[in-house]
Amino acid sequence: MTQEGSYYQRDRAWHPPAFTPQYKTSVLRSPQRPLLSLENTLSELTGPVFGHGRLGPLDNDLITNYAHGGEAIGQRLVVHGRVLDENGRGLPGVLVEFWQANAGGRYRHHKEGYRAALDPNFGGCGRYITDPDGGYHFRTIKPGAYPWPNRVNDWRPAHIHFSVFGHAFAQRLVTQMYFEGDPMIWQCPIVATIPDRRAIEQLIAALDRNNTTPMDSLAYKFDIVLRGRRSTFFENRPEGN
Amino acid sequence: MVQRLDILKETPSQTAGPYVHIGATPNAIDIAGVWQTDLGSVMLTAETTGERIVVKGRVIDGAGRPLTDALVEIWQADAAGLYNSPQEPRGTADRHFVGWGRQAVDRDTGEFCFATIKPGSVPFGDGRLMAPHITVWIVARGINIGLHTRLYFGDEAVANAGDPVLLRIEDRSRIATLVAPKDLSTDPPTYRFDIHLQGPQETVFFDI
Ligand SMILES: [Fe+3]
Repeated sequence: MTQEGSYYQRDRAWHPPAFTPQYKTSVLRSPQRPLLSLENTLSELTGPVFGHGRLGPLDNDLITNYAHGGEAIGQRLVVHGRVLDENGRGLPGVLVEFWQANAGGRYRHHKEGYRAALDPNFGGCGRYITDPDGGYHFRTIKPGAYPWPNRVNDWRPAHIHFSVFGHAFAQRLVTQMYFEGDPMIWQCPIVATIPDRRAIEQLIAALDRNNTTPMDSLAYKFDIVLRGRRSTFFENRPEGN
Repeated sequence: MVQRLDILKETPSQTAGPYVHIGATPNAIDIAGVWQTDLGSVMLTAETTGERIVVKGRVIDGAGRPLTDALVEIWQADAAGLYNSPQEPRGTADRHFVGWGRQAVDRDTGEFCFATIKPGSVPFGDGRLMAPHITVWIVARGINIGLHTRLYFGDEAVANAGDPVLLRIEDRSRIATLVAPKDLSTDPPTYRFDIHLQGPQETVFFDI
């Protein structure tokens, strides 16, 4: 039972629009009719609980969770941060999943067409359920930049994909994390689907020198913000909601 | 100057890309051994209460081609119309039914398939009952922000006719894009729900 109301309206101008011709695949995959506005019902205000019991101890260690006799090759990193809502509160129990290319920029996938080598000890996926304060962390290697079929010679900046499942289906989010200082961020047609530079900057993780591990790992900090909920002050809610 | 509200901005969405299955359903694409099972891959146990059904469909682009790199998630109430969620204020749902499913579409045919139960009815904000429905969410390469839609059931004509969400669709011809016909020739029965991203049959998507 909650004393909170519906989620804040999504700021669609902060997110990329569906139709972004510089990212060619979006042309045939973007709805062309307006979305139907639907205030949150229980179907959107609810979501499953992900128990910590469903995760294994190596689920957040991409250096060893696909080990076949060795460790993943590459620049060792710790990526950490908090999942917050728009009100600035840390969100516990959030399923955070991440996937990425290996240090050479190659994905372990049957459709991958880049000639960079596979790393036999790198699978490329991990997951974590946030701590009571919303914190998460994982160990990985820095992914390489990679070419992709869009314009003749487009390359993606180094990035890690994130899927975030908060407390309600209304908060469902998929995004990508980039690395501070990478000039390729500003050349990427997928990054450029986001119209506002400040929104892009929200996806760039900061090099976190204080949390580097001597003789082991660099650290990057990446906070993720999910939608926040209205307070319900003087509301008479009909029975059943 | 006035006081600041100190509201953060939601993290902007980015496409899930062509390799979303590596992170979400690695076992389904032969990345074995990282975790035992893919989350959301099995929705039912023998103890789950409710009428067994299958939901099948494809996600189809503006050229009529099914996507082979999409990820589809569904979320639904149990057979009594209760959500298995701490945000459910009306009672306790069937503890043998989480109500959340996730499937990679087939890499060749683009088909997704959920074995689940038919949900009960859930009230709208004003207390009116909504027709039984399943919430559907789609991400893929080329989709910049995840798409929300709903599946309604073809054999619930009376409930669908009074559904407060369907009633809001001004172009009545588009309601059919949300209603999955029932195929009784299979056991359990199959509801077919093809999702059209564009074109004359474009599915109704929601801003929730
Ligand atoms: Fe990628």
